[in-house]
Order: sequence, then C-alpha cells, then structure tokens
Amino acid sequence: MAAVEQDTAVCTGDITRIFIYGILLVFMAFYLMLLFVMVANSLKTLPEITGGNMMALPQVWTLEPWRQAWSAAQIGVEPTGLKPYFMYSLLMVVPAVVILTILGALNGYVLTKWSFRGDKIIFGLLLFSCFIPFQIVLIPMATVLGKLGLAGSIPGLVLVHVVYGIGFSTLYFRNYYSSFPTELVRAAMIDGAGSFRIFWRIMLPVSGPIIVVTVIWQVTNIWNDLLLGASFGGQSQPMTVALNNLVQSSTGVKEYNVHFAGAILAVLPNLIVYIVAGRFFVRGLMAGSVKG
Amino acid sequence: MGFLDIKNVTKSYGSVEVLHRVDIEVQEAEFLVLVGPSGCGKSTLLNMIAGLEGITSGDISIKGRVVNGVHPSRRNIAMVFQSYALYPNMTVGQNMTFGLEMHGVPKPERDKALRDVGKLLQIENILDRKPGQLSGGQRQRVAMGRALVRNPDVFLFDEPLSNLDAKLRVDMRTEIKKLHEKLKTTIVYVIHDQIEAMTLSTRIAVMYQGYVQQLGTPKEIYDTPANVYVATFMGSPAMNVIPARVIVMDGVAHAQIKDAKGAAQTLRFSQHNLAGWNGKDILLGIRPESITDPDGADRNSKNIVPLRNLVGITEPAGADTFVAMELGGRDIIARMRADPNVVSGQDFDFAINMEKAVAFNPKTEDRIQP
Repeated sequence: MAAVEQDTAVCTGDITRIFIYGILLVFMAFYLMLLFVMVANSLKTLPEITGGNMMALPQVWTLEPWRQAWSAAQIGVEPTGLKPYFMYSLLMVVPAVVILTILGALNGYVLTKWSFRGDKIIFGLLLFSCFIPFQIVLIPMATVLGKLGLAGSIPGLVLVHVVYGIGFSTLYFRNYYSSFPTELVRAAMIDGAGSFRIFWRIMLPVSGPIIVVTVIWQVTNIWNDLLLGASFGGQSQPMTVALNNLVQSSTGVKEYNVHFAGAILAVLPNLIVYIVAGRFFVRGLMAGSVKG
Repeated sequence: MGFLDIKNVTKSYGSVEVLHRVDIEVQEAEFLVLVGPSGCGKSTLLNMIAGLEGITSGDISIKGRVVNGVHPSRRNIAMVFQSYALYPNMTVGQNMTFGLEMHGVPKPERDKALRDVGKLLQIENILDRKPGQLSGGQRQRVAMGRALVRNPDVFLFDEPLSNLDAKLRVDMRTEIKKLHEKLKTTIVYVIHDQIEAMTLSTRIAVMYQGYVQQLGTPKEIYDTPANVYVATFMGSPAMNVIPARVIVMDGVAHAQIKDAKGAAQTLRFSQHNLAGWNGKDILLGIRPESITDPDGADRNSKNIVPLRNLVGITEPAGADTFVAMELGGRDIIARMRADPNVVSGQDFDFAINMEKAVAFNPKTEDRIQP
C-alpha cells in the first residue's frame, strides 16, 4: 500500500511532535518533582531531613508527621494540630460556594433572559467588582461586619467571600447562558412555565459544565485565601492561616516533615475537587437542542 | 368576525414604527402564510400573536377574546420555532407533554395525548430518545408534535422548514399540508420562501417594509398582484415588468412597447379598461410562462398576441427552457417548453398570453384595476 502523504495541520512532522512531547515531559517532571519532595519528606523522620538529601526516599517510613500535623502540632498557643482549622475552612467554603453558585446562576439567568432597563450597567458593576483588590476593602469590610455583628465568625467569612465572588460567578453564568437559545425560553413560556420553572426545568439541567467551572474556581479561591481569613477569621481561622502559624512559628525546632504534611493536608481539598469535578467538566450537553 | 382577528395593529420600537396598521382576519381552519423578505415585520407580527412581543396599538383577538397583554400560555396557542427549540435535557415524550404538565393536565390524559399524537406523526418509536439523538426531520416532527399535543386554537409556525435540506423540506411541506387538511386547524405560518407560501397556504399576506402589501388566495396574489412589489416577489422567475404606452385603437387598449431592435410593437389587452390611459405610460406585467413559442401557448386563452423579437440567451433547465431577451428596454425572461426551437441571436416569433397581463400605474406602482 502506498504511503499517503499527510500534510494537514493536525499531522505535524515527527520532529515537531518529539519537541512538543519533550517540553511537556520536562514540565511534568518539574511539577511532579515538587509533589514528590513534599510527599517524600512528609514521610521521613526529622533527623533524616536535616542530615540528608531532600530528594531521597525515606529510609524509615513514618506516618507520625501526618498525625502530628493533623491533631497534635502547636498552632499558635494550642497544641491542636490542623484538624479544627480544617473544619472551619470546610464550614466556610461549602456554604459560600453553594450560595455563590446559586446566586451566580440566578443572576446570569436574569441578566440574559429577562433583560430590563439598566441590566447592562448592573452587569458592568458586578464585573467591575472582580477587579477590586482585596486590600482596598479590608477596613470598610471590617466596619460592616462589626455593625452586622458578624466580625470574627464563620458566617462573617462566608458573607465576605460571597460578596467577593459574586462578580465572577455571575460573569461565568451570564456568558454561558447568553449562548443558551432564547427560543427555548420562549417555547417554555408558551408551554406555560413561569420564570422560575423555566430556570429550574430548562436552564439548570444543562448548566452542568458551568456549575463545575464555578465550583472549581470558587473552591480554589476561597480555600486558598489567606488575607481575608487572617483579617476576619477571629478564633475560627481557616486552614491557610493555621498552616501559616504552624510553619512560621518562631520558637522550637523547625519540624519540616510536619510542615510538609500540613501543607499537603491544606491543598488536599483542592486536589480532590479537581480530580472529582474535572470528570464532569464535559461539553456537549447542549447538543440537539437546536438545529440539525 | 374572524377566528383570529388582527385589527389595526402597529408595533414600534421607540420612535421607529416597524409594523403599520395591520388588518388581517383569519377564519377557522384557514392556513394563512405571512411572506416577505427579512426585516419586513412578519416574525414580529407572529410573535405579537403569540404574546412574545407587546402590541403598540390595535387589538389581536382569538375566538372573539382580545388577547392584548394576555400571557402566551393563556392564549391557547402553540408555536413551532425555526430552531425547533426542543428542551435538550428531556426525552421526546417529556418535550411533548411539558406544556400539558405546566397546565396541570393529569398524567393519564397526558399519556393518552402523547400516544395519539405520536401515532399521528409516526414518532411512537422515538418517544424515549433525547433531541440530540434525532435527525433533522425527526426533530421537526417532535416540534410539531409538541404543538399538536396541546390541541390549541391557533398554530403558529416560524419558518419551521428553513433548517432542513431541500429534499426533506419538500417532504415536510407536503406533510404539513396533509396534516392541516386532516385536522382542520387554524395556522399562521411565517416564511420567506414564496414557493412554500404558494403551495401551503389557503391565503397569503405579502409583507414588505412593515405593510401588508396584499392579502389574498395564492391565485389572487399570483394572477392579480396588488402592486409591482408583490408581482416581482411572488413567482420564480419574477414577473416581467416592462415600460409601455397605452394606445387605444378601435376602442380597444393596446400596449405599445419597444422590442430589442427599438421598433415599436403593439400588444392588445384583453379586459383592461384602460381608455382613460390613452397615450400615457404604464408598466406592463407579464409572467414568464405567459411568453412562449406559438405551439406552447395556452390553448384556453382567448387573447394570444404574436411578438417577433431578438432572442438573447437560452437557459435549458430540464422541464423548462428559459429565454432571456430585451423588451421595452428591460431584460425579460420567457419560460418555454423543454425543447423549443429557439436559437440565441436570432429573431423568433413569440406568443404572449395577454389574458394574464396586468398593468401598473408607473407612479404609484399599484395595479390598474381592469
């Protein structure tokens, strides 16, 4: 059989291909190396780290640093480990992300399908909120939280994050819904569905991809936040602040193995969200609604 | 009073009036087609009937009830959209019964309606599929099924066939017509394709620039167009509109036109009362199929007028042959039998069926009533 000459954009030459894969492999090795260092050292005893090679595998495998980081390490003045702060973070992230996703979806729906006078201005202002740096609003935010009696509490943190994230989640849903065919909404109107029913039965079932995007984005943002947590957390500080307190403690020996374990614990929820939700991040749910 | 009454309806966006005083009465079981080029206001009018757009002034009533400001779901109408607008997350069956569910119809009745319509449209075997798994023709059927299930007073179709390929379109066209004759439903149908308009409708409203130019049966629209716009919009190829001068001889009006060589030729009118136009200019409208070779002329016509003219080019199109020539300073088209003995660049004796000719006032472009 004669070799078919393939000269299309997809079939690039072998050399280019090797080059591309080579670069990808280098980057992959680089990123995996960081993870490897963290995991390997979190499983070593402290003398092994201070006296040896960072890149080496543990000679004595131990889970003690993990137990320490989770439930015994000195955080601030209490030897509680990261456990309570992990819970505070969860109690902050879950409600904030749920509220943000619902609000974003409703905003996006109204802004695209029920246009009203001034809707573009409102959207513009919401968009503008995405670009305000955290630091600028710290003091006004503290005043507001104080007046509301929410200062230094988890509900206060949830409120702060909801206010901060609403611009982005609205932006996501608005852009997604603007390509949602308006004829479907009109058809549902003629079928007799009210505006909320249209949202619930027609729009939301096809919003899977954008819900996943919003959840990934907001979980990452809120879980990783340090500034707002440190400023408004009070006694119920989130995981990031606790990790900082663990690692930055200026007294005693630096327990690097415990620090590594704590740092991994702190990013674990993000990793899980990416691995689990990423699977649902598929396109094509809109297929077949319109045209042929 | 009609089944669906559109009285003096206008529509404005801000200070721009896009629909001007539309008056249409649709009788029960009538198939009304709104036809016109894009931007003529036909879809706007349909959306106003549906209640998706507000009415600036005038009244729309269905079965004698004024529906201005009534929510679309309470007008007892159903609409088939150009894109079909099937709900992607629901099965075909759920799509079709969604409206009934929203109107609180109990499940057994919904199922029965679904079975009946599914049988009627021959889509019983795909009721459990999602719209994404259907072909274009099947989606089209489901969209119609969703409208039929509701058993509405008026069906509204917004260019439902324009997304189908040519062959399927012809099939679905026939099917819609059959369905209409079987169910005797009242239909308002928007289309920009004039052939589809002619084949489907019992009456046509030709719209242009927000005005209803003419409202009538397909035959009325085709044979006696109200003005030059309607004459040239309906029919393919378009009606030939030729500048001519009226000359009355022996009490009978004749149209005097210049042939391709500049010589004057006269064509005798049939019934036209054009005595008052003696010596004045008019526009003469002749359909391409009224210009033929002498053997191909309509045997039933009492007024076939011969005309010798220079043939421009010939375009064989299978069933017909189109012949282009110059007449009255315009390029015109004649439509002949498949194999006429016409040679381009030579003189040929044409036969013109003046019984079908119409005359337009050159200033207003309105047809001069015979």
